[in-house]
Amino acid sequence: MQAKKRYFILLSAGACLVLLFYFGGAQLPASGRNRHDRSRHGYRSDQPWPHFSDPLHQFLPWDQPDTEEYNIHISPRQKRDVNTSVYKGKRCRMDSCFDFSRCKKNDFKVYVYPQQKGEKISESYQNILSTIEGSRFYTSDPGQACLFVLSLDTLDRDQLSPQYVHNLKTKVQNLPLWNNGRNHLIFNLYSGTWPDYTEDLGFDIGQAMLAKASISTENFRPNFDVSIPLFSKEHPRTGGERGFLKYNSIPPFRKYMLVFKGKRYLTGIGSDTRNALYHVHNQEDVVLLTTCKHGKDWQKHKDARLKRFDRLKGVEMLHNSTFCLVPRGRRLGSFRFLEALQAACVPVMLSNGWELPFSEIINWNTAAVIGDERLLLQIPSTVRSIHQDKILALRQQTQFLWEAYFSSLEKIVLTTLEIIQDRVLQQESRSSVMWNSHPGGLFALPQYSAYLGDFPFYYATLGIKPHSKFTAVIHAVTPLVSQSQPILKLLASVAKSQYCAQIIVLWNCDKPLPAKHRWPATTVPVIVIEGENKVMSSRFLPYETIITDAVLSLDEDTVLSTTEVDFAFTVWQSFPERLVGYPARSHFWDSNKERWGYTSKWTNDYSMVLTGAAIYHRYYHFLYTNFLPASLKGMVDQLANCEDILMNFLVSAVTKLPPIKVTQKKQYKETMMGQSSRASRWADPDHFAQRQTCMNKFASWFGGMPLVHSQMRLDPVLFKDQVSILRKKYRDIERL
Amino acid sequence: MSCPQSLGITLNHTRYRSFYARMCASGKYTSRGPALIPRMKTKHRIYYITLFSVVLLGLIATGMFQFWPHSIESTAEWSLDRRSVHDAPLVRLPVSSPIPERGDLSCRMHTCFDVYRCGYNPKNRIKVYIYPLQRFVDEVGVPISSTGLSREYNDLLSAISDSDFYTDDVTRACLFVPSIDVLNQNSLRIRETAQALAMLPRWDKGMNHLLFNMLPGGPPDYSTALDVPRDRALLAGGGFSTWTYRQGYDVSIPVYSPLSADVELPEKQPGPRRYFILSSQTAIHREYRAELERLKEENGEALLLLDKCSNLSQGAASARKRCYKGQVFDYPQILQESSFCVVLRGARLGQATLSDVLQAGCIPVILADSYILPFSEVLDWKRASVVIPEEKLPEMYTILKSIPHRQVEEMQRQTRWFWDAYFSSMKAIGMTALEIINDRIYPYAARTYEQWNNPPVVKWSSVNSPLFLPLIPPRSPGFTAVVLTYDRIESLFRVITEISKVPSLAKLLVVWNNQNKSPPEESLWPKIAVPLKVVRTKENKLSNRFFPYDEIETEAVLAIDDDIIMLTSDELQFGYEVWREFPDRLVGYPGRLHLWDHEMGKWKYESEWTNEVSMVLTGAAFYHKYFNYLYTYKMPGDIKNWVDAHMNCEDIAMNFLVANITGKAPIKVTPRKKFKCPECTAIDGLSLDQTHMVERSECINKFASVFGTMPLKVVEHRADPVLYKDDFPEKLKSFPNIGSL
Repeated sequence: MQAKKRYFILLSAGACLVLLFYFGGAQLPASGRNRHDRSRHGYRSDQPWPHFSDPLHQFLPWDQPDTEEYNIHISPRQKRDVNTSVYKGKRCRMDSCFDFSRCKKNDFKVYVYPQQKGEKISESYQNILSTIEGSRFYTSDPGQACLFVLSLDTLDRDQLSPQYVHNLKTKVQNLPLWNNGRNHLIFNLYSGTWPDYTEDLGFDIGQAMLAKASISTENFRPNFDVSIPLFSKEHPRTGGERGFLKYNSIPPFRKYMLVFKGKRYLTGIGSDTRNALYHVHNQEDVVLLTTCKHGKDWQKHKDARLKRFDRLKGVEMLHNSTFCLVPRGRRLGSFRFLEALQAACVPVMLSNGWELPFSEIINWNTAAVIGDERLLLQIPSTVRSIHQDKILALRQQTQFLWEAYFSSLEKIVLTTLEIIQDRVLQQESRSSVMWNSHPGGLFALPQYSAYLGDFPFYYATLGIKPHSKFTAVIHAVTPLVSQSQPILKLLASVAKSQYCAQIIVLWNCDKPLPAKHRWPATTVPVIVIEGENKVMSSRFLPYETIITDAVLSLDEDTVLSTTEVDFAFTVWQSFPERLVGYPARSHFWDSNKERWGYTSKWTNDYSMVLTGAAIYHRYYHFLYTNFLPASLKGMVDQLANCEDILMNFLVSAVTKLPPIKVTQKKQYKETMMGQSSRASRWADPDHFAQRQTCMNKFASWFGGMPLVHSQMRLDPVLFKDQVSILRKKYRDIERL
Repeated sequence: MSCPQSLGITLNHTRYRSFYARMCASGKYTSRGPALIPRMKTKHRIYYITLFSVVLLGLIATGMFQFWPHSIESTAEWSLDRRSVHDAPLVRLPVSSPIPERGDLSCRMHTCFDVYRCGYNPKNRIKVYIYPLQRFVDEVGVPISSTGLSREYNDLLSAISDSDFYTDDVTRACLFVPSIDVLNQNSLRIRETAQALAMLPRWDKGMNHLLFNMLPGGPPDYSTALDVPRDRALLAGGGFSTWTYRQGYDVSIPVYSPLSADVELPEKQPGPRRYFILSSQTAIHREYRAELERLKEENGEALLLLDKCSNLSQGAASARKRCYKGQVFDYPQILQESSFCVVLRGARLGQATLSDVLQAGCIPVILADSYILPFSEVLDWKRASVVIPEEKLPEMYTILKSIPHRQVEEMQRQTRWFWDAYFSSMKAIGMTALEIINDRIYPYAARTYEQWNNPPVVKWSSVNSPLFLPLIPPRSPGFTAVVLTYDRIESLFRVITEISKVPSLAKLLVVWNNQNKSPPEESLWPKIAVPLKVVRTKENKLSNRFFPYDEIETEAVLAIDDDIIMLTSDELQFGYEVWREFPDRLVGYPGRLHLWDHEMGKWKYESEWTNEVSMVLTGAAFYHKYFNYLYTYKMPGDIKNWVDAHMNCEDIAMNFLVANITGKAPIKVTPRKKFKCPECTAIDGLSLDQTHMVERSECINKFASVFGTMPLKVVEHRADPVLYKDDFPEKLKSFPNIGSL
C-alpha cells in the first residue's frame, strides 16, 4: 500500500516535471526559431508596412509656409485675371467663363431672344422657351438678364435629322448680345451623327454653358455644364404623369429581377455592350431582349433564344421588374432611363462615362445601381446581392426623383435654371439634403433660410422639433367700431392660448388704423401691420415679425375658443408640413362639364381646409409669395377670393398629402353668415362660381389636380366619450 | 506586426490555463498530504519533503518562466521590429531610365482604371498593396527627395497596412500605393521622382496607382496639382483647383496640420463666441490684408486680425503664437474664441489652417476661388463652411451676419465632426481617401450621404423612415387579416364571419399556433367570399403573429385576436381607410399610454381613460407588412425572445419598433377603449388586471433600456370619420356604425 502510494507520488511528480519541460522548454526553442527567422528575412516584400519608428522629418517644415508665401510676386487679383484669360473653351468654369456682375444682387433673371420670323423651332424647344417665359425667372429686358437663352433651336444637332437647323454658326455669330457666348445657356439633346456620334454641336459655342443630354464625363465641364435627361417629343410640358409606384410591397421583389428590351447594334459605337447582353439572359428572372428589327437585314441575325419573350411589351416588363438595365445606345443616354425611373424599376446603368442627369445635385447612388460596362457579366450577381431594405429605398427614391425633377419638361427646365441660380447666388443655395429628399429642390427655396430646421420638411432628418409656439395672423377688413365685434372676441380667446407667442393684426381695411387703446389688453404682444396694397394675397406675405414656425391664420369674423386653438396646435406639431384647419371643403371631377367642381356641402371627405382658421408652417407664406406666379396671385387679389384654395393647392402640391381637419364647435361660419359685412361675401352667389373658376385655373397652372381627399377628422382622444367631462382635457370643444 | 502579437496573447492564454490546471491538481494532493505524513518514517518524510520542494520549485520556476520571460521576450521582439528607414535597399536610377507621361486630364475611372483587378468581391472591399520601402538615388548617389520618408507618410502607410484594405499579396491588389513620399513637392526632384515611379515593378503606366500629395507646385507659379509626371496614376491631392481636379477620378484631400497631433483642443459647445470673425493666417497677401484691415476698421471689436509675432524666433514655438499689436495669443486655442475663421488662399489653394480651424470648432470662411474642397465628393461643405468668392471679401461681414443663428450653431457642431472623422490624423485622411475610391468601385454598396455627413448626435436623434415616400395607396388591393389562434374555435369562427363583412378584406390568414391539435376540417370553416388560408406553426410563440408570411400579399395587414368580435364592419373599414392615409404608422383601436413615474424613477404603463395616446393595442391593428419583416428579423436585442418567453407585450414591442424607426406616433381610431367584454371583468379580473399592469410596465422599462431611448411619441388626437357625431342624417354618413367604447 505504502509502496504503491510512493510510486504513485513519484510518478505524478515525474509527470509534472515532464509536462513542465514539455510546455516550458518547447516554447523556448520555438520562439528562438521564430526570432531567427525574422531577423534573417528582415526585409521581405510581402511583410506588412514596418511602422518605421526612427525620427523622421515632417513633410512640412515649420518655417516653410512663411518663407514660401512671402515669395509670391503676383497678386491674387492678377492671378484670377490670368485664370479667366487662360481657361476657355473646353476648360470653361464659372470662375473663368461666366460674368457674375451681370447678375445683380439676389436676382437671377433669364432673357429669351425674341423669335425670328421664318425660323423653324421644334415643339420641344418651343416648350422649353415658353416654360422659361412663364417662369418667375423671366425678364424681357436683356439689361436685367443674368442668363441668355437662344431662340434658335439647338436641341437636335444630328446632321441627318430633319430637325437640324442649318447655318447655325453664322446665325449665332450675328446675334447682337452673343458676346462670344458669355452667360448663354444652350439646350441640346442630340449631337453628332453616325458613325462616331461626337458631342460637338457643329458650331462654336464660345463661352456658353451647355444643358445637354448624353454628355460624357470627358466633355462635361463640372459646375459649368448641366447634364439633362434625354426626353421624347411626347414628354408633357407641365404636370406630367405620376410615378408608377402605388404601394410598397414586401418583399420588394417583382416577377423579374432584371430586364431590358431594346435595339441591338451589330456594329459601331455602343454595340459592344448591347451585343453581349444575351450572355446574361437566363430565360427566367433575368430577361434581356435585344432586337435588330430596326436594321435592314434583321432576319439574318434574329435570336431564336429570345422568342418566348417576344410577346412581352416593354412597359409591362418595366412594371414587372425589380431592376431595369439601362445600357448606352449610340449615344450615352437612352430613353430607357426615364422610363425605368417612372416605372419604379431601379435603373442599372451600363453607360461608362455618362455624366448622369443633374449629377451636380442628385446623389444617384440612392436611386440607381451604377454598373460598369466592363463588368457586364457580374451584373446579375451584383443586383442579387443588394439587400431588400436597399431595394425598398432605391425604388421609393426613383419615384421621388421622377416626380420632383423629371416628370415634365417644365421640371427639367426649371431644375436646370435652379442649379445655375444656386451657383450664381452661392450663399443662397440648396444643400444636398434639400435636393435629395422630399419635397425636392424646386419646392425648397434657399432664399428663405440657410438653416434646414427653418423648413417644415426636415425635422425628422435633423432630429429636432418645431418651435412650441405659434403666431396668430388676423386679417382685418372692417373698421373697429364697437367693443362687441367678433375680432375682439377672437383676439381675446387666441391670446389666452398657452401656445400663443404673439398676435399680428393685418389691417387691410380702407379706414385708418384704430388707436392703440382700442385693442384689448392681452398677455401676448399684439402687433398691428398696415397692409400696403390692401390685397388678399398680403395675408400670406412672409412678414419678418413672424418669429415662430407655426402661423395661425384667421379671418376677423372667425369664432374660435381657446381650447380649439390649443388642440389644433398640438395636432399641427405632429404634422408640421400640412395645413391643419377647421372647416373643410372638397373638390370633385364634374364629368358632365369636364372640369373640376367645388363643394362646400357637408361630405364624408374633404380636400381643403379654409385658411380663415388654419395652422400651418410659416414657410408656406414665403412659398406662396415667391413660388406662385403673378398671374395666379393677381387673380386672387382681383377677385378678393380663392386665396384659401390657392394655399391648399400649393401645400398639397408640395406634400402630395391632404390637409388635416380637426374638430370644432358647430357654429363657425354657418351660423355667422349675414352678420358682418365680410360674411356677405360668402352669401354672394358669384362668390361660389368664382371659386369654381379659380379651381380650374389653378389646376391648369399646376398641370394637374394636386388636391388629395381625406376621410378622417382628428378629435381629442376622449371626444364625446361617455365619461366624466372632468376627465377630458379639451372639454370646451364638446360644449355647444 | 499585429499578427504575431495577437498570436502571443493566445499562446500566453493557453499556457496560463494549463499551468493553472496543474496548480489545482497539486493543490488537491497537498491537502491530503499532511494527513499522511505523521504515519511515515522520518527518512521517507525527508525524501517526500525534498520531492515536494523539487516539484514546488519546478512549478514556481514554470510560473516565472511563463510570465516573466515572455514579456521580456515580447519586448525584445518589439525592439527587433523597430526597423530603420536606413535599412531599406538602395536603388540607383540610371539617367536614361524612362519618365512617365504627364498626368492625363481626361482620365476617368472607366478609362484609366483597371477595374478587373478589383473584381467581384462579396465584402465590397478593395485591396490595397503598399510597395516596400526603397531608397532611390540618382547615378551619383544623390537621393531623389531631400527629406526621404516623412513622418506623416509613414503614419499614412502604417494606417493603411493596419486596415482591412491592406493586402500583402501583390497579385490580389486592386490599388497600389508607392512608398515614395510625394506629400511635399518642394522636397522632391521632379524628374528623378518620376523615374523612380516608373521603375516600380507593377507601374504599368500608373494604372491603379494612388499618390498622396498635400503641397503641390512650387515657386513662382504654384501649380495646383503635383508636377511629377505620373501617367495614369490617381492623385489624392491637397489644393486642387477646378482645372486640375479630375472629377470622379482624383480625390481632394486636406493639407494635414501638424498641430492636429500636438494640440488637444476640447470640443466646445455650439454657441456665441467672443469674436465674430478671426483671421489667423500669417502669410496673407498684402492686398487681402489691407482689405481685412478695412473690414476691421468698419466693424471694430467683432473682428480679430492676427499676424505672426515679430519678436519670436522661427520654429515650432512661433507656429503656436499669434500677435495683434503686441498682444500675444496662443494658437490654435484662440480660434475657439471666434464664430467664423477666415481661410484665405495663399500661394496654394489648400491651407493647413483649414484643419486647425475645424478642430477649434470655428466655421471656416473659405476665400479661395476654384478650390476643390477636401473630400468634396462626399462631404456636404455647405453644412460646415461658408464659401465666399475672393472678390466679395469686402462684403464678408454682411454675408456672414445674414446667416441665421441656429444655422451657425449647426455649422459649429458640424466643423468639429468633420475634423474628428476626416481631418484629425493622417490615418483619418488616408482611410477617407480609400473609402471614397472604394465607394466608386462598389457604388451600390457606397456609404450614404447621412453616414458621411451626419455627426453622431444627429445620427442618434434623427429618423429616416424606410417608408419615406408620401404615398396614399389605392383602396383596391385591400388588406389581409391575420388571426392568431390556439384552440378557441367557436370564437375564431365568429371573428372570421364578422371580418368577412368588411368590404376591403382581401384575404384571411389563420395562424394556427397549436401544435397538439390540428385545425378543423375544411368543411367546418365558415364560408366566406375571400380566400381563407391556415398556416400551422412549429412552436407556440406569440411572435408568430408578426411573421411576414408569403401568404400575405397585400401591404396592409390587420392583426386581430381570435376573440375580437366587438368591432363593427364600419369600424374596421374606417381603420383601413385611415391606414391608407398613414401607411407608415400603426393604426389601432384602444390606445394606451406610457408615463414616467417620478416616485419610482421608471416608466409606467397606463390603460386608464387618458387624454393622450402613445401606443395602440395590436389585438386589432392595421400596419404595413414591412413591420412584420422588421419585427421578425430586425428587432433589437433579445426583445423577441423575451416576448415569447413571457407570452406578453408583443404589442408594446411592435409599438416601440415602429415608433423608433419612423419617429411617429400611432393613430388611434374611433372611441373604442377596451377589447374585453365588460362582463368578463369581475373581482377576479381586477387582481389579474393589476399583475397584468405590473408586467406591462416592466416590459416598457425593459424595451426602453434595450432601445437605449424612449422612442414612443405621445399625441392627444384620435381619428374619427369626418362626420362623426355631427348633426347629420346617419344614412348619408360613410361610416355610421362606428361602435362604442
